[in-house]
This record gives sequence, C-alpha cells and structure tokens, in this order.
Amino acid sequence: MTLIQHIELGSAQANITLSSIPQTYTDLYLLFSGRVSVTDGGLRLRVNGSTANLSTRLLYGNGSSATSATDTTYIGTVSDSNTTANTFGNGSLYFPNYASSTAKSFSGEIVHENNATSAVQWVTAGLYNSSTAITSLELFNAGSGNFVQYSSATLYGILKGTSNGVTVS
Amino acid sequence: MTEIITKLIVDCTTGEQTIVPLTEEELAEREAMRFQAEADRAQREADELAKAEAKASAQAKLAALGLTEAEIAALGA
Repeated sequence: MTLIQHIELGSAQANITLSSIPQTYTDLYLLFSGRVSVTDGGLRLRVNGSTANLSTRLLYGNGSSATSATDTTYIGTVSDSNTTANTFGNGSLYFPNYASSTAKSFSGEIVHENNATSAVQWVTAGLYNSSTAITSLELFNAGSGNFVQYSSATLYGILKGTSNGVTVS
Repeated sequence: MTEIITKLIVDCTTGEQTIVPLTEEELAEREAMRFQAEADRAQREADELAKAEAKASAQAKLAALGLTEAEIAALGA
C-alpha cells in the first residue's frame, strides 16, 4: 500500500477533490476524517467530476435502530454541528480495479462520532457504472456545508500481488 | 459581503494544492442538494415516527389479547 496523497484542510472548504490520480495501481483506498459546519453531516461522492453513473446501497445504525437506504451519491455521515464539539467522523472507501474499463464497485465504512447515546455507523456498497477509469474523487457535504479546518483525506494506492499472506488481484 | 465558497483540489500526481471558488453550476447543484437533503431528512424522520407508532400500536393490541411483555418481546414486536 503506497501513500499517494494526504491533505489536511487549513481552512474550511466546501469540497475536497483528489485529482489526477495515477493509473499505476490496482486498487484505491481513501481514508478521511471530517466534520461539517451544518446540522446535516451527509457526505456525497463525485467521481471524475460528475455525480452521474453512481449508485449506493447503505446500511445505517445509530445505537438504537438500523435501517437501509438507496441513493446515487450518498455514502454516509460524518460529525456535524449538532454533534459533540470538535469531534470528527471518519471513514474509508475502497475502489478495486479503479482503472479498469468496466463498471467499478466500491465499498465504504463511515462513523459519525458523537459523545452521546446516538452515534451513527454506515456501511456502503457502491457502483460507478462507467467504463472510464477513475481519475478523480471528490467528497462534499449533502447539506451545503463546509468541511471544517483540520478535516483530512488520505489516498493510498494498492498494487496486486501477495504480501504477508494478503492477496490483491 | 457575500461569502465566497471554495473547494480544495489536490493534484495527486504533482501534489499541488489549489483552492478555487465553486462555479455557478456547482453552487446551483449545492443548493439543490441542500433542499433535497432537507426533504430526505424530513421523510426519514416521518418514516421512523410512523414505524415507531405502528410498533406501539401492535404491542398494545398484543397486550390487549393477553400477552405479557416478555411474550411480546419474544415475538420481536
């Protein structure tokens, strides 16, 4: 697993875009830590500068109930202005075979941190139904908020092969 | 003064980081998504309330039939 890029916001930003992603890896692994400035911590994904050709299936649990949902670009929630001050949600998205010329699936896990009875966890299965290789990934808030300062994103590239008993193909 | 909303673009090949204002199209999309998010949240809350009310109603009917709380819980209701 090779670090491609790590960023930490020095000021609030509406979107975080990782562009010109090298096409030299097999899979991509995006980790992020975020908090948004509004009451809706929903996160959406844009691939290659567009929300087209995306679909997601989500499982959601908040400590007392669980449900599921279908969406196009929604991937879960991070901490928001209603959650405990200075807490950040975090999550990951994994994109196998991101440079392939067939439809690309992805998976995600996100937690929405909150020092209270209710905190939220999301599990996401997604599809980018396009033959175009993934060259950019963009995270943005569903509720028109900004990512606050110190939100961060880290992108790793993973090469196929076997290492320490783990195989990526 | 109008707030200028910006985004961070990171070139993963060069490492260059650029902060640019959102385009008019992006601002319009952002506004549309805000309305949609509010509608979705309202719908989700209404669904959860309806589900909770249905559950309470079902539990009350089972209790009226003579089931104990333990028996109702055993049914998963």
